[in-house]
Amino acid sequence: MNRFDYIRPASVPEAVEAAAVPGSTYLAAGTNLLDLMKGGAARPERVIDITRLPGLDRIEWLPDGSVRVGALVRNSDLAYDDRFARTFPAVAEALLSGASAQLRNAATVGGNLMQRTRCAYFHDLASACNRRAPGSGCDAREGENRLHAVLGWSEHCIATHPSDFCVPLVALDAVAEVAGAHGAREIPVDALHVLPGATPEQETALAPGELIVSLRIPAEAAAFARNARYLKLRERTSFAFAVVSVAAALEMEAGAIRKARIALGGIAAKPWRAREAEVSLEGAEANPEAFAKAAEMALAEARPSGDNAFKIELARRIVARALTLALDGTPEAMPALPASPFSTTPGANHAA
Amino acid sequence: MPLETTSPLPQHRRHGSSAGQPLTRRDGVLKVTGRATYAADNHPDGMLYAVTAVSSIARGRVTALDVEAAKAHPGVVEVLTPANRPPLAHDPDEKMPPFGFRVEVLQDDTVRYVNQPIAIVIAETPEAATEGAALLNPQYEVEPARTGRESGERFDPEVIGIGAPARTAHGDIEAGFAAAVRVTEADYVTPPQYHNAMEPHAVVAQWDGDRVTLDMPNQALALSCASHAAYFGIPAENVLIRSPFLGGGFGSKAILNGPQILAILAARMLDRPVKLALTRAQMYGPVGHRGRTWQKLRLGMDEEGRLTALHHQALCTTSSFDEFLEPAANASLPLYASPAILAEHEGLRLDVGTPGPMRAPGLASGSAALEVAMDEAAEACGMDPLDFRLANYAETEPTTGKPFSSKALRECYAEGAKRFGWSGRPHEPRTMRDESGFLVGWGMGTAVFHCPHFPAEARATLRADGTALVETAGADMGQGAWTALAQIAAEALGLDPDQVELNSGISSLPDGGIAGGSGHTASAGLALHNAGEDAIARLAELATTDPASPLFGAGNIGVVARAGRLHRRDDENRSESYAEILARAGRSDVVGTAKAARDPAVASAHAMYSHGAVFAEVKVDPDLGQIRVARLVGAFAAGRVINPRLVRSQYFGGMIWGASFALHEEAIADRRTGRIMNADLAEYHVPVNADVPSLDAILIPEDDPYVNPIGVKGVGEIGITGTVGAIANAVWHATGVRVRRFPVRVEDLIISREFA
Ligand SMILES: Cc1cc2nc3c(=O)[nH]c(=O)nc-3n(C[C@H](O)[C@H](O)[C@H](O)COP(=O)(O)OP(=O)(O)OC[C@H]3O[C@@H](n4cnc5c(N)ncnc54)[C@H](O)[C@@H]3O)c2cc1C
Ligand code: SF4
Repeated sequence: MNRFDYIRPASVPEAVEAAAVPGSTYLAAGTNLLDLMKGGAARPERVIDITRLPGLDRIEWLPDGSVRVGALVRNSDLAYDDRFARTFPAVAEALLSGASAQLRNAATVGGNLMQRTRCAYFHDLASACNRRAPGSGCDAREGENRLHAVLGWSEHCIATHPSDFCVPLVALDAVAEVAGAHGAREIPVDALHVLPGATPEQETALAPGELIVSLRIPAEAAAFARNARYLKLRERTSFAFAVVSVAAALEMEAGAIRKARIALGGIAAKPWRAREAEVSLEGAEANPEAFAKAAEMALAEARPSGDNAFKIELARRIVARALTLALDGTPEAMPALPASPFSTTPGANHAA
Repeated sequence: MPLETTSPLPQHRRHGSSAGQPLTRRDGVLKVTGRATYAADNHPDGMLYAVTAVSSIARGRVTALDVEAAKAHPGVVEVLTPANRPPLAHDPDEKMPPFGFRVEVLQDDTVRYVNQPIAIVIAETPEAATEGAALLNPQYEVEPARTGRESGERFDPEVIGIGAPARTAHGDIEAGFAAAVRVTEADYVTPPQYHNAMEPHAVVAQWDGDRVTLDMPNQALALSCASHAAYFGIPAENVLIRSPFLGGGFGSKAILNGPQILAILAARMLDRPVKLALTRAQMYGPVGHRGRTWQKLRLGMDEEGRLTALHHQALCTTSSFDEFLEPAANASLPLYASPAILAEHEGLRLDVGTPGPMRAPGLASGSAALEVAMDEAAEACGMDPLDFRLANYAETEPTTGKPFSSKALRECYAEGAKRFGWSGRPHEPRTMRDESGFLVGWGMGTAVFHCPHFPAEARATLRADGTALVETAGADMGQGAWTALAQIAAEALGLDPDQVELNSGISSLPDGGIAGGSGHTASAGLALHNAGEDAIARLAELATTDPASPLFGAGNIGVVARAGRLHRRDDENRSESYAEILARAGRSDVVGTAKAARDPAVASAHAMYSHGAVFAEVKVDPDLGQIRVARLVGAFAAGRVINPRLVRSQYFGGMIWGASFALHEEAIADRRTGRIMNADLAEYHVPVNADVPSLDAILIPEDDPYVNPIGVKGVGEIGITGTVGAIANAVWHATGVRVRRFPVRVEDLIISREFA
């Protein structure tokens, strides 16, 4: 690990000022950053530890029914917050399907949003990676890429964004509240992560030094509480990143769909909102044909970036399944295996 | 348990139930409270830290290293490269007998695989050493990496595994196929796998003149002392290895490796203690792995579903510079009766670190293919997979005709099937669903593992207070040797295990043999057993020749040792405690010793294996293809059970490993560079608890009078065999999709036409 300066600001303005110096990086729980530093994929000169910043560890309900979640709220604290989990069940389910209990106890909201891709070539210093070293090339392109992107990728980068949490956030129009040298602003989470295009090193819409101070989920998102699911397919039953995942939420009215939300994870450099598919469902009768059509539409633009054509078919199937599960209704209690196909059907073995 | 000391030594008689006591691990509290010291927990004064710089290419030469930059980094003390590496007394390009491998210790600038050490940096802190290694910024002359079947170099090996013949033929294979009414043939692929013991390979080396103390996890203490001594040009007795606990070994801590040798060398050069601990990623190269295999199985059957021919071919990978090959095809030798069996191996040289024995070497990969092939053959014959195996049950070792020393496999099949509920299984695939709509499938496989026996020595000291100290340089990798070995000794000594102190895990003790091949309990255990009997015999001698003893004159009749007392065999009421005997003789102790090995005559007359049957239930999401092992039931017969708790835990561990092999584990090497793209535990998947919700291991009683005088066979590795095939067969039964590549992945189902 390289030698770096360690700075522990006492307030958000101090943090933002400290981070304005090039070569600075924020440190939250470090579950992602420290791994990257140990492996050498991140070599910051200045580490700005934000974990002691006051006031960022709160879950605050606003008068209009929306919620503001501080950037330092731990993933597990948020998922187990009763009111939060009841109001935004798919978000809680997504959080609990991520990583392991130990990691969730440490990981922060801000860190989860800002975690970097798991593309193995990004982590491997000997590989060419445009995202890590702009202009060096992309060794994933012709490499071991069965888990890489099938939507929104470019010749310059085929990485995916690994977060589960962000997938329902994007579906529910969550907004990141940001502080920076030039003041505060808001960025929809859907616009926070950016597609690679010709500049994959530009991973997010944050300007250098900008800090996510909180996350806001709008009140309207609560309308989906009764029919919202997160479903995640992975290569072991727990403690694995998504091969493909989906957040699906329905607002039902007299047997018909009033509104629908669909976002996919693990298939693009950002959580992928399927807006056209959502529109196709609005006002429609909730039935397998409608769901299959929506799934088709969600993946209409998909194309393999390597040995991953199966992910397209898988994504279609998982969209249709998640919509079916959402229609079945949000489970009374959090399934024992959150977001797992093995927890979603009543009567399945929840022994783990 | 009573023990008759006058029975002739080699044939120990069983007393009552053969089941031992399910004691919990003696070292359990130390472990769960963090007080068990593993190698890297040692911090002698003045210690330095070593970190290896490793190659990122698979083949070529290192042309430049920025040693100056590394040395300029604060805290860096020294950098060893091929230019300044002190000499070694053994040529690392020569194998070290009896089964040492060639090692990479900076002998030159060539690179033979990814993660090979190309320099070692020694510093005052681990951080400084790590950064020093990063600053070396190696430059390479790169040659194309040979990473696959197409680019690798094929060869006909002389031997496979550890000294087994590459080709074994029994009967006339072509005649066998000519006699068949049905022939099945298929290809199977198994991936590279890495041991990934929880504890990384580590060493703390301290020199004192030409003596060295090594704290390192080690599965073969005496052998390793001799090998290290040869490298450093000192007598074997000058090497002291302390290895009280290993955080798993699985075969990767039995063989010397380059990074550890380099750290020991650095400690001598700098005259300060040096610690090295590999990172997880660095364990993917210099410390062995399970090599890839491509296997072909061809089975011929007659009208009744009896095998007429069994042909197993395996193409197995090894490194460009050494020979270890997974003896995969030999999995077809011990199990099924057939008039003709042919097992053949071919080697494939790749630019990878040399593979080595990894839990159930050969059999894990070979059984995976064989058991699926058996399932396919049963299907072709329209037979139930269990009936098919019973129809081909081997009453004697198929290729030699030797009788088995014991074989309770029929009971394993029967008990396992009963517990599992196998009898209701429909023949047709894709016919079972659970109440939630998941596809359900049942599969089975036969488990088998050989029973090697390593020469071992031990000492047993009966002390004045009537307790005992028993000693052997054994190795506890987590299997529970601290507990099971003490139990064996206690039984021989006629004492309660609580009265027996075991001293183990340090090379200065009598050679405890190797903790490998599932042979440690039998090997070190027999030595302890014999040493205990020797101590009792000496004690009996004291008593029976002492006119003041109630046992005086019982020499010819014999005595029985029980609960700390010797009893006259023909009169239980005449007895005396060990303490009394010693006190009157004015002795502070009596010491028994033993050297134990397998009787070659008994060995050559018998085939010796542990057996088992594994039944698996899987559930598969009918649309998404996600697979979960819902239930595993294994029934195993492995001779006498010393400690059912520990034995069951070994079976569980093996079966979970089988699930790992079947569904999760695979090292993914970039096909262009050979670099391992998932060299960490986040991406190299092994099962988590949720992956195996229900496990059952049945201990089938088995009395083996031949395998060794204590009747103990091995239990450590057998659980993997059988399980892999059982799960793959269950996936077929659930889905109708026959996957012949491990691990079975979601896309194998999703893209298959049979899968909807
Ligand atoms: C083994 C393993 C398995 C995992 N599995 C999953 C999984 O299945 N699903 C999943 O979603 N995630 C998974 N994760 C990722 C995990 O969720 C993230 O590591 C975690 O959320 C990061 O949070 P942190 O607080 O530790 O962030 P840190 O590691 O401290 O920071 C991560 C990044 O975010 C930046 N950052 C942090 N806070 C802010 C802020 N407030 N404003 C701006 N930038 C900020 C940092 O500079 C850094 O670049 C896994 C991680 C590991 C190690
Ligand atoms: S896919 Fe993106 S992150 Fe991965 S190597 Fe290519 S450029 Fe780098």
